[in-house]
Amino acid sequence: MKKSESAPDLLFRSSDWNFEKLSRVYDAISEIAIDDLKLDIYPNQLEIISWEQMLDAYSSIGMPLMYQHWSFGKRFVFEEHLYRKGHRGLAYELVINSNPCISYLMEENTMAMQALVIAHAAFGHNHFFKNNYMFQRWTEAATILSYMDFAKKYIAKCEERHGTAAVESILDSAHALMDQGVFRYRRAPRLSSEKERERARERLEYEEQTYSDLWRTLPKKEADGTEDEREREARDRKRALHLPEENLLYFLEKNSLILEPWQRELLRIVRVIAQYFYPQRQTKVMNEGCATFVHHTIMNRLYDDGKISEGAMLEILQSHSNVIFQPAFDDPRFSGINPYALGFAMMKDIERICTEPTSEDRDWFPDIAGNGDWRGVLLDAWANHRDESFVLQYLSPALIRHFRLFQLTDDADDPYCEVASIHNERGYEAVRAALGRSYDIGVIQPDVQVIDVDLLGDRHLRLQHGVKHGVVLEEATRNATLRHMRRLWGYDVSLEGVDGESGERLYECSTKQIGE
Amino acid sequence: MPNFIDRRLNPKDKSLGNRRRFLKRAREELKRTIKEQVKAGKIADVDAKHSVPMPEDGTREPSFQNARGSGKREYVLPGNREFTPGDRIPKPASGGGQGGSRAGTGDAEDDFRFVLSREEVLDLFFEDLELPDMVKLSLKEAVAYKPRRAGFATTGTPTNINVGRTMRNSYGRRLALHRPKRKEVEALAEEIAALEAKPATAERRRRLEALRQELEKLERRRRVIAYVDPVDIRFNRFEPQPLPNANAVMFCLMDVSSSMGEREKDLAKRFFVLLHLFLKRRYERIDIVFIRHTHEAREVDEETFFYSTQSGGTVVSTALEEMLGIIRERYPSKEWNIYAAQASDGDNIAGDSERCASLLHEAVMRLCQYYAYIEIIDERETEIFGATDNGTSLWRAYRTVGANWPNFQMTRIARPADIYPVFRKLFARQPLGQARS
Repeated sequence: MKKSESAPDLLFRSSDWNFEKLSRVYDAISEIAIDDLKLDIYPNQLEIISWEQMLDAYSSIGMPLMYQHWSFGKRFVFEEHLYRKGHRGLAYELVINSNPCISYLMEENTMAMQALVIAHAAFGHNHFFKNNYMFQRWTEAATILSYMDFAKKYIAKCEERHGTAAVESILDSAHALMDQGVFRYRRAPRLSSEKERERARERLEYEEQTYSDLWRTLPKKEADGTEDEREREARDRKRALHLPEENLLYFLEKNSLILEPWQRELLRIVRVIAQYFYPQRQTKVMNEGCATFVHHTIMNRLYDDGKISEGAMLEILQSHSNVIFQPAFDDPRFSGINPYALGFAMMKDIERICTEPTSEDRDWFPDIAGNGDWRGVLLDAWANHRDESFVLQYLSPALIRHFRLFQLTDDADDPYCEVASIHNERGYEAVRAALGRSYDIGVIQPDVQVIDVDLLGDRHLRLQHGVKHGVVLEEATRNATLRHMRRLWGYDVSLEGVDGESGERLYECSTKQIGE
Repeated sequence: MPNFIDRRLNPKDKSLGNRRRFLKRAREELKRTIKEQVKAGKIADVDAKHSVPMPEDGTREPSFQNARGSGKREYVLPGNREFTPGDRIPKPASGGGQGGSRAGTGDAEDDFRFVLSREEVLDLFFEDLELPDMVKLSLKEAVAYKPRRAGFATTGTPTNINVGRTMRNSYGRRLALHRPKRKEVEALAEEIAALEAKPATAERRRRLEALRQELEKLERRRRVIAYVDPVDIRFNRFEPQPLPNANAVMFCLMDVSSSMGEREKDLAKRFFVLLHLFLKRRYERIDIVFIRHTHEAREVDEETFFYSTQSGGTVVSTALEEMLGIIRERYPSKEWNIYAAQASDGDNIAGDSERCASLLHEAVMRLCQYYAYIEIIDERETEIFGATDNGTSLWRAYRTVGANWPNFQMTRIARPADIYPVFRKLFARQPLGQARS
């Protein structure tokens, strides 16, 4: 290592980066992250990309491999439009939950930024991906890239064989149901191994080849019977189809009567991708908070050890404070609670509670206040929480006061909103619970399930929307989505909204009324 | 030790295919919107409107979304300054500001629209349309020629002399015939002068004599072998090349008699507006002649044609006669591609329809490349007249013309929505073989 009199241990001096400097910085960061913070990470793969490639990555929802679809082109044109006009800058990094963990570094970044990005993505996010229970349970980092590779090739093959338009129309419909294409409550079936999937595909192909139209002509059984019998039949039918089913794409893939085997495989691909991103949506605050906390801690340590210069540190801090900026609700820049800001502040707060607790903290967090082991508490939180439970567990009154959080209730029937609680002694619990709820995917996403279908009758598919607090669905998109559902199911589909508490039926609509 | 990979040299346009798909999709949507607009009756607007927002139907990605203004919701917001529990805040009228946590990308994407220029709109509008048989097929009749360079000739007018080629020939000839150069002659003359200046001796005199003979020989030779001889001269040769005859004139004949009600006139005008737009857009140099007729026909300018409200009786043949007169006077059919479009409600004074048919038979159809007749009928009549042979007197008379002349087309319009399809039908680009039949 080069030495100079003034600053003997600086990792880098100029703002230009090169691979030698990057790897020196990586080693220094790694030392702190592994030895001090006790992070546990996937092996890292750092890829240097240009801004065009970053835009490409943006538009394919952050996956390095993605099949072709116009909607990604739309996203690209949109992002490019914003970027070129200067409305929006690009992220400095992008990280993929895979094993090895792939992080993209932009070539335009300065050396200081590269150091920040490595600490943030390659250690912060990486640790979170590997250790958080949501990711462990719902995604498989090891196989996602090879699966995407398969998906891309498979869809390209389908386009060749069946035409782009046919493939696109299935994908359009599948994308519309993507939010309803995840298993929320039960474990998703594991991605089967490559070999097994190969066998399954061969079987499908065999079925395709030996398909006989003759079976279709068999006379149908007469549908009759008493009321009682019918009810029993319905029960049997529901049991056979595993109804109710929350994963609409899964249901269609397995039970749709009109889909060809390749179309089922397309639904499966979309479903797998939706499931892969399912944990990310529920851990935004924690994930970003963890990465921000890690980079902040590591960069400060490097600075304290005299390994990065004051100039570089200023650049890093400037960027850091931009990221965690939280405007107030009446600020024109306000667009919701910044997950970086909230996550970082909460984790910093945990560190404070562990080391310098106030008496209030001792009341609220008796088991961690003053125990001094903030590293252990954080590692535990990162591993075992999602946003909702994390907020419920760790949002302290001090932080509620810091952000000056208040809770607003909005009843559609009233012409005004009411301030329900604020950051005071009586309000802490309520504010914290409400904030936690706002991160609960079960609350923020409409709950639509398949409840019944008459396979021997008119094959009418019945969906139920569990309405919570009277929040119904946007009509135009609801109808459009139902049409997509009908396209995949092949027969009429109806949706009824049932109030979650009273069980009262609020609305019903069917593709019969809204037309094709 | 991490694994560094430099991807900067990897192909950049991974999204190119996706982008192309998106633009194609957007374009198809746009085309459909424009066609629908035209059907809805905003024909003149197409030209006036300079931009069309991107239609979003086909590029929308729907999903189940919670409706904003429904049910009971709660928000947690930062930055409280003055509120205490129980405060009531009136909702903003637009319903915007509050739902900050939900607003997100949805709004931003709505703002994103493609803007098409008027040119592009018209391009989409008239896609795949063209005047049938635009270029006259028999080149014998073509009278326009354009000179084309075709090598060199030994004869021609002085203005066409090709100097380079001529001088090259002259130089070659001079070399071959050993024409004495001016320098040789001058050198000889100098030598003679030098000798003459010196005192004469016998030897010198002899030498001088020889030199003078030599000089005279050279000069004679120079006189005989010309510097530029007529055989050297070459002229640029031009061949007249017959030009395909692309002069075109469109006659627009419109019935404005009192039998044409407001609705009929409106439909006819819409048709001609479309035709006018189409011709101006596709053919830079096309003459358009507007003729309107009641019981008498008159050539009018564009303004009068579309906006005048004069009216009267109906004698359709006057319009045809007027058209023939104008052709005779200004548009000899040898030089012009002649097209005509006629719009009428089919009512005509008794006996005149036959006269019209015979005019068409004997004169007009011989001169025209294409003749389109649009009859504007009552909406209730569509069922009766839809495909049957009967109809107004003019329609019946014209049917005989249609049977004999393949370049005669007739069709009916009952409502604004018909105009564009009919227009497309009349001017659809035809495969070459069919056009000739």
